[in-house]
Amino acid sequence: MSNTKRRTLYEKVWSDHLVVDESRDTPAILYIDLHLIHEVTTPQAFSVLRSLELPVRRPDLTLGTLDHSTPTLPVRTFKDLQIAGNDAANQVRKMQQNCQEFGVELHDFDSIHRGIVHVIGPELGATQPGKTIVCGDSHTSTHGAFGALAFGIGTTEVGHVLATQCLLQRKARTFAVEISGQLAHGVTAKDVVLAIIGKIGVDGGTGHVIEFCGDTIRSMGMESRMTVCNMSIEAGARAGMIAPDTTTFEYLKGRDNAPQGAAWKRAVNRWQALASDTDAAYDKTVSLSASDLAPMVTFGTNPGMVVPIDADVPHHDGSTSYKKALDYMQLESGKPLSQSPVDVVFVGSCTNSRLTDLQEAANILEGRKVADGVRMLVVPGSQQIKNDAEALGLHKIFTAAGAEWRESGCSMCLGMNGDTVGQGQLSVSTSNRNFEGRQGVGARTVLASPMTAAASAIEGRVADPRRYL
Amino acid sequence: MRTHVVTSDTSIPMKPIKILTSNTVILPSTDIDTDQIIPARFLTTTTREGLGKHLFSEWRYLKDGSDNPDFALNAPAAKGSEILVAGNNFGCGSSREHAPWALLDFGIKAVISTEIADIFRSNSLKNGLLPIVVGPSVHDWLLDNPGASISIDVETSKITLPNNEQCTYPIDSFARHCLLEGIDQLGFLQNHITDIEKFEEKRSWKP
Ligand code: SF4
Repeated sequence: MSNTKRRTLYEKVWSDHLVVDESRDTPAILYIDLHLIHEVTTPQAFSVLRSLELPVRRPDLTLGTLDHSTPTLPVRTFKDLQIAGNDAANQVRKMQQNCQEFGVELHDFDSIHRGIVHVIGPELGATQPGKTIVCGDSHTSTHGAFGALAFGIGTTEVGHVLATQCLLQRKARTFAVEISGQLAHGVTAKDVVLAIIGKIGVDGGTGHVIEFCGDTIRSMGMESRMTVCNMSIEAGARAGMIAPDTTTFEYLKGRDNAPQGAAWKRAVNRWQALASDTDAAYDKTVSLSASDLAPMVTFGTNPGMVVPIDADVPHHDGSTSYKKALDYMQLESGKPLSQSPVDVVFVGSCTNSRLTDLQEAANILEGRKVADGVRMLVVPGSQQIKNDAEALGLHKIFTAAGAEWRESGCSMCLGMNGDTVGQGQLSVSTSNRNFEGRQGVGARTVLASPMTAAASAIEGRVADPRRYL
Repeated sequence: MRTHVVTSDTSIPMKPIKILTSNTVILPSTDIDTDQIIPARFLTTTTREGLGKHLFSEWRYLKDGSDNPDFALNAPAAKGSEILVAGNNFGCGSSREHAPWALLDFGIKAVISTEIADIFRSNSLKNGLLPIVVGPSVHDWLLDNPGASISIDVETSKITLPNNEQCTYPIDSFARHCLLEGIDQLGFLQNHITDIEKFEEKRSWKP
């Protein structure tokens, strides 16, 4: 038997970070190369460090931002910060204090790179192939688009990484999702990932790390790949990964935290060897043809309850949860979703707030108006993206159409910062979760691509973007 | 099984759990996500305590703030229940550890389902909340018999039903050890600090 076992991308990154391998009795000790932190899931971890009189072991591998409970209106004074109440303001302030006290770099209100934690890592070039990346946030899976092993952790584990730069982990199973075929006009990475979740289910990836592969993925740019990996967690997967290639390297080249000069060449050589070996075995495999996909929209209260935009709300599967979801959404099976009147349109979140997302929405909105009675909020993923978009004049397109143009942050994705969808209102959102109340108490969320969101804003109902292309 | 050396001075004490006996409370919905367990607007806290009053907030309270009489956890018979039996894929969604904190603060000490989401399971184990996966037949029986008094033995990884029928559930041996001894895992990691230093020194590339 050959002793050179063919390895997957995940297995390569995993074994490259083993401080101590796992045994039957103990999990592995896995070294973490980049720890991203934000204001919501860290205060209790810093408290533990303080009470044990421990420093942050590697502040140089730790990077902070303000995004979740941070206002998307300009913040100049403490009063501006209190827009979502005292607790939210105090949480932001606590983050500033903790980072200062423990010597962690924070992208604060004066930083061009302040923004959603999963947007700024790649933007800074801190997210790189072959790294282990964690954050107290489940959408850390986003960074897997670069061939990093990136996953969300809880606050206790945030404390473990702050104190030791390591985590106790069991090796996950591997799951290849192969996507082939050319996407039709008006169909995007968001539609692809929604279709995948619809196919494998919201628990289809539990216990697994997904590797997205196939020619559809290969021809996607980095922003699209990030959208796909971002939603791995919505299929229950621990992480999502994509093998790095020249698209990845071109994106990273020259970014602030990317290696430079001779180090760049060495890094690229190392990164090129990360792709899964041919014939490497996966525990599970699924394939999807993307060439006949339509824009996708969700009709229920989890991202797996999804249909093509021109399809009717599917018939009851008999379960109580299904009925509960449709009751909550005030939708009827057998009726088209595209007739549903819309109250709010949100373009933003770590799924779809990057420059190409904003461009796609703006292209459809240009010279058109947001329908009467519809509130549209456009929230760029970072201050850098905001600047880039403004340099292209996108903000003018949005505001001329009647949309609100904001500072960066998580905003209406989870409604912690004062940006919420009202009770009973229907929102078409480019975010990643349509859970009950996710965008505000009683809010009804339809997940969609930026193009579908823009078309829906114009028509005031869930609308097919293809007629605007 | 060999015992692990954990220095108590760096551990956060977690109460050891050996046996849990309680009547059950049932939430049969599938895919109950962490936004339902503890909605985001309650995450602005900077401590771990006091989240129990917001547990399942949207389902548990009516619009006027009074208890929703139709919600299982509000039923008089559910009072004091420490074991929650839920539909498949409990705890999916966000990584918020506030979810197990809220359940524990409310008084729930174990969650039983046919599947429990990865991050929620990991967070639960670090706080002494038992995430227990059972097969469909036991699950169906539990769903059909709300309020049944059952017992969970962490040492033997066995559940005993009221008719004395028993079933085993899967659990990682390290996690079980930590539960039984009440060990926090930070101390375990810190005992490996020389390994960590060696790894940092010897690796072929630096992040
Ligand atoms: S944008 Fe939404 S999903 Fe992404 S990190 Fe923020 S809250 Fe989480």
